Amino acid sequence: MAAAPWFYLVMYTAVLTFTLVVVTRFLKINTMPLHLRWELYPVGHESGEKTKYGGSYFEDLDWWTKSIHKSRANELKAMIPEMVFLVALFEHNRKLWFRSFPFHFGLYMLIGTIGLVLFGAILDLAGIPVGKSSSGLGVLIHYLTVGVAVVGLSLASLGTLGLLHRRLFDPELKDYTTKGDIFNLLFFLVVFAVAWLAFALADGDFSLTRAFVRNLITFNVSAPIGSTLVGIQILLVGLLIAYIPMTHMSHFFIKWFTYHKVRWDDEPNLADSPIAGRIGEQLQYPVTWSASHIKADGRKTWADIATEEIE
Amino acid sequence: MGKKRPIKVEEISKVSSQLSHVDSNELVPLPPPYDGVEGTPEWKPLTDAAKEKYEATLDDTIAVSIPRPKNKEEEDALVRKFLSGLEKLFSKENNWTFLQPLVLSMENCAKCQTCSEACHIYEMSGHNEIYRPLYRSEVLRRIYFKYFKKGGKFFGRWQHGDIDLNWATVARLIELSYRCNLCRRCAQTCPIGADNGLIAHELRKLFSQEMGIAPTELHEKGSVLQLKVGSSTGMNPEVVKDNIEFIDEDMTDMTGIKVETPWDKEGADILLIHNAGEIMAWPENPGAFAVIFEKAGISWTMSSEVVAYDGINYGLWYDDVMLAKVAIKHAEVAKKLGVKKIVLGECGHAHKALTVIADRVLTGDLNIPRESAMTTLEDIVSSGRIKFDPSRNDFPVTLHDPCNMVRLMGIVEPQRRILRQICPQFREMTPNGVNNYCCGGGSGFAIMSGHNFEDWRAQVSGRKKMEQILNAFKDEMDPSIHKYVCAPCSNCKGQIRDLIRYYDMFEKCGIIYGGLVELMVNCMEDAEPGFIQWEMH
Repeated sequence: MAAAPWFYLVMYTAVLTFTLVVVTRFLKINTMPLHLRWELYPVGHESGEKTKYGGSYFEDLDWWTKSIHKSRANELKAMIPEMVFLVALFEHNRKLWFRSFPFHFGLYMLIGTIGLVLFGAILDLAGIPVGKSSSGLGVLIHYLTVGVAVVGLSLASLGTLGLLHRRLFDPELKDYTTKGDIFNLLFFLVVFAVAWLAFALADGDFSLTRAFVRNLITFNVSAPIGSTLVGIQILLVGLLIAYIPMTHMSHFFIKWFTYHKVRWDDEPNLADSPIAGRIGEQLQYPVTWSASHIKADGRKTWADIATEEIE
Repeated sequence: MGKKRPIKVEEISKVSSQLSHVDSNELVPLPPPYDGVEGTPEWKPLTDAAKEKYEATLDDTIAVSIPRPKNKEEEDALVRKFLSGLEKLFSKENNWTFLQPLVLSMENCAKCQTCSEACHIYEMSGHNEIYRPLYRSEVLRRIYFKYFKKGGKFFGRWQHGDIDLNWATVARLIELSYRCNLCRRCAQTCPIGADNGLIAHELRKLFSQEMGIAPTELHEKGSVLQLKVGSSTGMNPEVVKDNIEFIDEDMTDMTGIKVETPWDKEGADILLIHNAGEIMAWPENPGAFAVIFEKAGISWTMSSEVVAYDGINYGLWYDDVMLAKVAIKHAEVAKKLGVKKIVLGECGHAHKALTVIADRVLTGDLNIPRESAMTTLEDIVSSGRIKFDPSRNDFPVTLHDPCNMVRLMGIVEPQRRILRQICPQFREMTPNGVNNYCCGGGSGFAIMSGHNFEDWRAQVSGRKKMEQILNAFKDEMDPSIHKYVCAPCSNCKGQIRDLIRYYDMFEKCGIIYGGLVELMVNCMEDAEPGFIQWEMH
């Protein structure tokens, strides 16, 4: 078995990579130019009667003279069920939902398990032991961790198998499935299989995992892992954490942009809006499109070509 | 017969005489009385001359008429140009207009196919693989990841799939970008928020803005003619004023209400901009607007300045530069006249182009408020300024929701509230509102009829709307019962007119079509009865 510091180093690197990739990609997307409006109704933050049928402020006479009320509560009412229960998939692709929902919900529960393990580690550090023979909060966290982990792992494993089956055998998906897609699902499957083994054979009460997390947050990197299986699980989970944001699986945060910055972005360019300033700058970008009707020469800006007479 | 092998994404690059075929036996059957083969007109095959001259290797029709390259050098040059266009499509300088949504859709699609069944073209074609919303996008995605992204030759292929880039790929992709109505019903269903409709839109832009390739009806005979002469109809300011004068006279005769359209009236409250196609093809529509506005005592005007009397903006469908040029002209005229607002007539894409898309093009005092005629008309109806007699509209009426106005702008109820008030037999199509189906003429198709494209439009892209219309009137199919499809959008109206003609729906089912204002004038108490003529035109 590899020396203990490597396991900690892998996990630190994984968390750091995850954070860096997510932040970098977030910033890259967020700093892209303000695009033209491309909303799609219904928009989540609409309020009042219009929410029932997907209406907009364009239905109001002289809409620009009225205040546009955006309901954050309605936005959450649309977004939370979508994130937790994959409502769009349920409504439009039920066959896939039966596979995708357990996968995603299982993952949420596994993330919850990590949270519970972390909380348990903090309790340990605070002198409150966690385990089935403990009392009060310690025993509650123990059973919660095991329960959430088992249900989450079961759902995620079944979901992954279901998704893999569809990717391999459903004619609709097969031809659009790449080696990368299969690799991703197999990667999850291997991680889950090792997690099951570790749970069944080495760490049924999560004490080793909790100890690892406790050492991780206290930088006690020389502490042993205590089990080869748990060690392998830690390495695989670390690799998975680092890998996810580099793939299209990054939709866990990309969805914020696709919904809030595109689909629901109905912000009008009114007189006092900061939009005009940003657009004014972008209209000064030089244009190099080659078609003859554009008449771009690399020096002319968008403002120039948009106001140029056609020949 | 065994199930047909689906066409794979990478097959788009394989040189062959035709990638896919629209088999009329596979099209989804229509409701009665079109459930038998005898109801469907024969699909006119492409001529050998057309196939010889133009790229025709995608399916059984041609939308764009791209001349075939004469030799390998020409083919390679076009492929290089495509790649240079691709690079520009992903640069902030050249494509700040849509870069963020494009990148989001390119890099995050899970290829789950949730969008497929939402597409009326894919569904009604009998699931023709190349019409799947994802097929077109996937071709571009593979090219993007393989040829454009770093490490694409290995990782791109591994993670996103392989594809070869040659003239066949590019030529078919050009045509394929014109097999989508850009209705974005597919995007509405996407759990991640990816938008395969946007990808078709961006492809069209690449072809136009870099390669100078776009359907003649949209570019030369569309945007260019509008910017040069004033209107895609070819009407110059003198002709449009003459035509409107004739229409005013006709309206006065028909309704008994004296109508005189005001021109270039400075300081009017409203600048009304119609799709000028109405003036030529459906004069009763601008005429009805004039009757209503006059009777309601509205301060309004039309403009006789070049471009400003035609609300169309075909750039919306294929070229951001052309879109911006037209939108700026519209706004400049409104500013010059000093109107309080621009009201857009019954034209869906004009609504979206000027109100939504151009909103972030029109800066400073060019950002004149824009309003939908649906809203203005609803205010007139609800204010009681005009008295209506709904019994004059006592015939079955259904409403088509123009995608640009409804799904893409959220203007859903004003037109319905009017119809509920003035049409006792109003009934909805299923589905409707923001979940509506495109008429099949969206994104410019309604004005594209070259070669046999009209057959494709009537039999494939318009098929779902045809089904919806027939179902809306299913219990009254007797041709002696006159029925009215209200389509408050010129392009949709053009497509529905073509569907009715193509399938003889007036003769066989008694179905006609028209706008919203025609129904309003038809039941105005102060107007002579019989404004709606029960004949096909």
